[in-house]
Amino acid sequence: MSGVTSINLVESALLVSIQDDVTDTEIVELQDMLSHRIAKENVKGVILDISSLEIVDTFVGRVIAQLAGISRLLAAETFVVGMRPAVAVTLVELGMYLTETRTALSLTHALAQLRRD
Amino acid sequence: MPQSATANILTILETSFSGIVEEWLGTQVKEGVKRSDLFSDAESRAQNQELLKAFAKGVRTGVVGEEFNLDDDAWEDLRAVLSEVSKERVSRGVTPTEMATFVLALKTPLFNRLEAMLDVEQSVLIRDVLLVTRLVDAFAIYTNEIFIGERDQIIERQRQEMLELSTPVVELWDRVLTLPLIGTLDSARAQEVMENLLQTILERQAEVVIMDITGVGTVDTQVAQHLLRAAAAVRLMGAECIISGISPMIAQTMVQLGIDVGTVSTRSSIRTALSDALQRVGYVIQKTEAS
Repeated sequence: MSGVTSINLVESALLVSIQDDVTDTEIVELQDMLSHRIAKENVKGVILDISSLEIVDTFVGRVIAQLAGISRLLAAETFVVGMRPAVAVTLVELGMYLTETRTALSLTHALAQLRRD
Repeated sequence: MPQSATANILTILETSFSGIVEEWLGTQVKEGVKRSDLFSDAESRAQNQELLKAFAKGVRTGVVGEEFNLDDDAWEDLRAVLSEVSKERVSRGVTPTEMATFVLALKTPLFNRLEAMLDVEQSVLIRDVLLVTRLVDAFAIYTNEIFIGERDQIIERQRQEMLELSTPVVELWDRVLTLPLIGTLDSARAQEVMENLLQTILERQAEVVIMDITGVGTVDTQVAQHLLRAAAAVRLMGAECIISGISPMIAQTMVQLGIDVGTVSTRSSIRTALSDALQRVGYVIQKTEAS
């Protein structure tokens, strides 16, 4: 795993920052690594920070949806935070509504929602 | 004597330039297209002189044999003067008919002078008249095109302004936005609205957005599609969307059309939507005890 993407434990959630120059291979590796961490550390949630992503294609969209599916099976909620307006428009145009994931404006907002649960 | 097709025309343009200008003005008055209310005499005269000068220059260099093309470099001056005059006239409210007649009025003085040339044979005269007609007609068509182009620009600008005016995103409360939609919601407008809304969500870190459709006349599948896509994009950004202003009529239509709003909250009035939105960001509206 290269240094572009980091996984940090914040409160009871794993914070994953996805960098703009993330490659397809790295994101698949991330999927694998993250599923192990969720199971091992018994977290309540996974927060995907995609605020630095300027372009999202169907592949990344699908991986995010899959990550959400995996987390749900392992009893964790997935939050997508910090999506840029242009990315949101693109995803909607591609018909990827990411209904499996929850969304939040920022990390704080996501943590607040997690605490409320 | 072999003579170029434009020789006679050039001669009259050179020898009686100011006469032609005066007669051109006179014809405009006769035809009732000289707008003395919009242009002073001096202004009209100056415009006509400039146009005729550019026209003469075009005739001198831009006609090869009997052919010419107004898009050629030789006609550049005429095009420039013409577009300036047309723009000026559009902005002062001259009609297209007046504009075309204004240019076409140039024929009369030219014909009169060609006719007055004594030593011209009939066949040559006819050829010259034909050439002048074609030149002036092309001139008029070009004017009309500029005129329409100017109008189109005005329409486009106004359309843009309308788009911007009609999509205000209002901050109702801390982290609560509203988007009062009014009129029709076509694809272009929906796109504009969506982009504007998402940008504002980002700037204000808004958690709840109320899209009010009280002012939207009809909701068909297309409009519903636009609304739901906007709602989906809002959700992806991390905010929540409430669609308010769904009248009983619209609710019936939507069900009959089989539109599924999914998980998007809908309310009949902006009033209930507002109280829900405030509750979600942690406020309540309370009556003060005194009243």
